[in-house]
Formats: sequence, C-alpha cells, structure tokens
Amino acid sequence: MILRHRVAIVGAGWSGFRSISPDLSYKELMYDAAVKSYEDAGIDPRRDVDSFVSVGEDYHEGISIMDEYVPDQLSALHRPVQTIAGEGIHGLAAAAMQILTGQFDVVVVEAHSKASNVLTLPYVEAFAFDPVYNRPLKAHPIYVAGMEMLRYLAETATTHEECAAVVAKNRANALKNPSAGHPAALSIDDVLISGPVAEPLTRLECADHSDGAIVFVLASAETARALTDHPVWLRGIGWANDTFRLESRPWGDARYARAAGEMAYRTAGIQSPREEIDFAEIDDTFAYKELQHTEALGLCPPGVAGEWTLAGGTASSGAFPVNVSGGALGQGHLLDATGLARVLEVVLQLRGEAGQRQIEGVETGLAFGWRGVPTTGGAAVVLGN
Amino acid sequence: MYGNRMKGNTPRVAVVGAGMTKFVRRAQETAKELAWEAAHLALQSCEMTLDDIDAVVIGTAPDAFDGVHMKSEYLSDGCGGWGKPVIRGYVGGGTGVFAAIQGWYHVASGLFDNVLVVCEEKMSSCQPHPQAAFLTIFDHTTERPLKHNLLWIFALEMNAYMNRYGLSKRDIASVSVKNKHNAADHPAALLGDRDITVDDVLNSPVLAWPVQRLDVSPVTDGAVALVMSASHEARRVTNKPIWVEGVGWNLDTAYWTNRDLSYPVYVEEAARMAYDMAGITEPRKEIHIAEPYDPFDYKELHHLEGLMLFDRGEAPKAAADGVTQRDGDLPVCPSGGLLGVGNPIAAAGLMKVAEIFWQLRSEAGARQVPGNPRRGLAQAWGDLMQVGTVIVMGT
Repeated sequence: MILRHRVAIVGAGWSGFRSISPDLSYKELMYDAAVKSYEDAGIDPRRDVDSFVSVGEDYHEGISIMDEYVPDQLSALHRPVQTIAGEGIHGLAAAAMQILTGQFDVVVVEAHSKASNVLTLPYVEAFAFDPVYNRPLKAHPIYVAGMEMLRYLAETATTHEECAAVVAKNRANALKNPSAGHPAALSIDDVLISGPVAEPLTRLECADHSDGAIVFVLASAETARALTDHPVWLRGIGWANDTFRLESRPWGDARYARAAGEMAYRTAGIQSPREEIDFAEIDDTFAYKELQHTEALGLCPPGVAGEWTLAGGTASSGAFPVNVSGGALGQGHLLDATGLARVLEVVLQLRGEAGQRQIEGVETGLAFGWRGVPTTGGAAVVLGN
Repeated sequence: MYGNRMKGNTPRVAVVGAGMTKFVRRAQETAKELAWEAAHLALQSCEMTLDDIDAVVIGTAPDAFDGVHMKSEYLSDGCGGWGKPVIRGYVGGGTGVFAAIQGWYHVASGLFDNVLVVCEEKMSSCQPHPQAAFLTIFDHTTERPLKHNLLWIFALEMNAYMNRYGLSKRDIASVSVKNKHNAADHPAALLGDRDITVDDVLNSPVLAWPVQRLDVSPVTDGAVALVMSASHEARRVTNKPIWVEGVGWNLDTAYWTNRDLSYPVYVEEAARMAYDMAGITEPRKEIHIAEPYDPFDYKELHHLEGLMLFDRGEAPKAAADGVTQRDGDLPVCPSGGLLGVGNPIAAAGLMKVAEIFWQLRSEAGARQVPGNPRRGLAQAWGDLMQVGTVIVMGT
C-alpha cells in the first residue's frame, strides 16, 4: 500500500529545547507546544480535533499511567485520547493509522521530555533490562552501547575518529539552531579525549538530555488542503523490533532500523532511498548510532557512513545532510520525544522555515528514531512536499 | 455490517482467533512466557503461524507491577514481535479493550492484513501487594502525600453512586454473586464459585467503606491474545469471522476531585462514538450481550448506565430482577468478568473482547448464552476514574 497524499502534517509547535526548565512544569511545556501547534494549523482543538495521541513512558515521568495527566493541557477533555508507550514516531504512526481508517480527519500527536526532573536516569534505565537474566549484573545501562559500538567498529572497520566526527558535525550544526540545547564548536580530538564512559564510548559521544515538548497536527488529505497551502505529506512510515534479548541480538547491525526503513520505503513507493531522499534526521543518541542507523537505513553501504561523514558528505553543506538540526547530540536527547524532534526538523526544512540552517531545494526527508538502550525498537517516517 | 455512520469506505476488520492463559494469583511463568502462551493459543485457534502476522499490538498496564521499564520492549519477542512492527497503546485500566481498538485501526488503515493483539499482566511480581504500585498513579504534589490507594478513591465513587440513587449494599452485592457463579463455568477462571451468596459478600471484611473484600476483583496474573484480520483474510481463515462494527474511547480530566463521580460521562461519550460508528440508535434493543468492566461490583452497574443500556440509577434493580443473568434479557458478563475470572488489568479487558468473540461464535461452552446473540459489546475503564473504551462486534 502506498500512502501518497493521504495524511499530512499541517501544524507543528514545540517548546524548548533546554538542558533545564525550572520555570515550566511538564504540563506547561506541553501546553506551550500545543497552543503553538494549534495556532500554526489554524484549528480550534475543542471543535476540530477528532483524536489525540500522547507518547510517554511511566518511568520517565515518575508517574504510573501517564495517560491520566495528558488531556487537560492539550484541550482534549471528553475526546478520544490515548497514550503510546513508545518512540515519538510510533505515536505519529498511531495517529496516521487512525486517519487512514477514514474515521478521523484531524489527529494530534504529542511527546515531551522533562529529563531534568529525573535525578537518577541511569538507575531508571536499568529497570528496562530483563529482570531475570540481565538486571542482576547491576551494570550501568550504557555498557550495552559500549559493547555495541565495539562490535560495530570491528565488523565495519569504522574508526573511532569517524564516530567523533559525528559529534563535531552535529554540535556545530546546533550552533545555527535557536532551539538546540547543546550547541558547541568541538574538534574530533576534543571528543576523543573527553573521557571513557563505556569503552570505547567517550562522554561527548553520548547525547546529553534536554527538556521540551513537541506537538503535531495531522490531517486527512482533503482537510489538509483546506487548512494550509503547504501540507507536509507523510509519504511512508515504518517501525520494527528486533529481539530484545542481549544474548541473541546481532550487536553490530541495527536490524530494527533496516526493517523500519524497508517498511517506510515500501509504503512510500521508494526504490532507491539515497537517490529519492534529499536529507535525513537520524537517531544519534550515541555518535556511532548515527553511522550504524544511516547504513541500516540503506543510505550508504555498510561500513561507509564513517568515512562519508569524515569527508563532509553528511554535513549541512554536503551531498546528503544528516542531522542539520544538530540531532540529539546538539539539541539534547528528549527521552520519548527524541524521534519527534527529528520529524520536526524535516517538517521545518520542507516548509523552508529552518532559518540559518535551511538546506536549499529539498523535497523529501527521512526521520528515524530509536528507543535507546537496551532496546532494539525503532521507527522511520518519510515526509515530502 | 457497518452502520450508516461509518464514514467513507473503511475496510472491514474481523476477529478471527482468540486464546488465553489460565488466570491465577501467582504464575510460575515469566511475563514473556505468559504472553507467548496466549499468543500461541490465539494463532492455533485460527490455524495461523507468526509468518502470517504482519504487526503486533501489545497492551499491558503500569510498568510498576512488573518493575520493568519500557515493558513492551521486554515483552516484544514473547508477544511474537521479533522482526515485526510492534506498538504498545496504553490507557490505564482501559488498555485491554483499547488494544483491540488499536488492532482494529492497524488493519482498517490498510497497512496490515493480520495483526496479533496481546495483553499481558503479571501483578504478582509486585510484593507484597500491587496496591503499593498504585500509589504512583496520583499527582505527586497534590495527592500522593495523602498515601491513599485505589480502594480509597473507588470507595468515594461507590458512595457517590449509592447516595445519588439511594442504593443499598445488598442491591450491589448481587453483581459479585452473579459473576462468580458465571465464572464457575469458565475453565480459565481464578474465582469461580457456585455456592457464594449475597450474605457472603455483605459479611466479607471491610477494606474502605463501602468497599468490602468480595466487592473487589482479585490480583491476578494472565495473558489474552486475539488475531484480527482484514476481510479478505478473515474469510479465508474462518467461516465465522466476528466483525468489529464500532469503536469508541474517551478521556475525562485528571482533576477527578472536581467531577461528579456518580455517573461516568466519559463511558457515555465512548459508547456514543462506538454506537454512531456501528449505526446503533437503540442500544437496548440492538446490543444482545454485554461485557462491561467490573473490577468492583458497583462498576458493572455504573458502566451499564454509562453505556445507556439502563437508565441512571436503574441498573441495580434490573440486576436484582435477573435481567443481567446469563439467561436474562441482557446477559451481562457471562464470562464471569473480572470479579470471577480475575483481573490481570490489560489482559482482563481483552478477555472481555475474547468472550464476546466466543459467545457470538457459539463457542462459549457451558457459558454460552441462549438465543444466538448476534451483536455484543465489551467495555473497559481506567486511569483516575477517567477513561472509557468500548468495542461493538457482530456476526
């Protein structure tokens, strides 16, 4: 099934992204983003929205049943509202599927991060491990990323310098993004000597966190055309999980990203992603992840993303810009909203609203989000004019 | 068939297979194993394998029960999701019925032909009792310092309901008795009991007045799974597909203390959405069998009124008159419900959808309601007395 011209993003609003937000509660972040998004779409949420999808994980919120605290600040009382406990792009997929049934015209998607409230994030993340086999090891969750990076470097002959180049690129890109929480001018050496976190992963190769909220308004084709002259069409969407077991997963290869990408390309009718897509926003929770995901998504052959990055091919001025927004490394990791931050940049670029970092002449973009350690779940979306 | 209100040409979606584990107080199996047992039984029931499944929908309630963060990632391979699109929807206690709604929109979107819907709950992991995990559902600033639990707030709601309509405890206790009787015929039930009486309920220990021990469903481990298919697949797989005719869901404000608790207006809104989609204008005539959510006995009555199957305050009298018995005019919770079969939160909701599936296919064995019901409804409820989820299915 090809999705062409059936679902569009007609409104985008966001709040943040900042490393702390002591002036705003998570509800206020959500409200801020929602009001901007509704204004952008030109809709009245009480009258025009058929359904709401919020994305959040209980342990990130410090609340059981996050769904309870969603409706008020989204103006969603007495409406169909659901939570997706997943990646932001899973929420986008849920909203798109609702519209594709033909029963819903306008659906809102929300995700947020109040990471600065979480004082013990690694301890929280450790609860994601298999409680019987893996959690008793009592290791810092980032060890999974260190081991994965080691395997990826060994299998693909990618160098550590090439991974560090991702950090230098993305944080420099963030200097041109007023919404980025962690912009910096860094050299490759700065990254390499920033101290080991889980060998070979260094501190600057791990995305710091940011607070923020993102809200999109999605609409069916007819409604989208009525609401805006510039709908951003959802051309394809895909998501997939690999095995969760540490003992049986392929450590070097992001198979979940390959499967998610294949589904997104299939639903977009894309045969050759590298030729048919102009730029991408790809999960870079850890520097090597951008390279691993870029390869798994079929944008370059396995083992080539590193040298491509080092040569500037994925720079904002390169042949195929990746994470011109600054990515998670430059904007800050937004917990479950991270994938929607990737989508946000694609939307802004396609609308020509990306300011100083605008890439000229882009028509089609890809966004990919990953659920973080220790998971093997990801989601991809192709957007186009 | 879809009713006249189902807009456009939405593809039809059917339930074609169902399976469930036994509901028990403390399962030996891990959460993954429970999920797979239910998934496997559902696949077997329609002679499918995982190769036939295009996507997996997972439903499971608070991560705090299992103490597992991002629980659907952990459960994904147990639910049959390896290498497939996996998504977890979550609306608190309403999750079980919502998982089926989510399965519906996966298929009705046209993206997938066959979807496996798996709901799992392992409450026994939370020691000594999962009520402690429920403390974390409350607002951290305004409510959590009170250190109350769910029984406490549902006691408030039960009181509001009883006071509004002048109901007695005896009026309400008959629901618990009916459901535990019905569950005695369910091979997977935890608390089936043919001998229990209204006096047993009224003499059980008080937990938070007016809630007594036998007014409440038990802590339970278990899993339930469905296979949902597009019409061309459904007709290939079975000659008895059960069609999804309408779905509805609705959420009220988080500020539950400011609401009139005597009537679940959000359930009414969800039911109106589902009835509209199904083209139902007279639910009392057009719904033949109902599985409303019954974690407490008063909730079955409360929900029957919210679903507009009885006038406000009238459901207790109908229950006392036997209308909701398995052989009554409107059989309600013929499965035995949460009070009888058990309440593994998300799995309990999906069990209700599975029961409608089995009843409409005349496959419910000793639980089968007479008269060949052609249309049934399942409903769940959750969050802070806040969310309603409704699915209407027919032959």
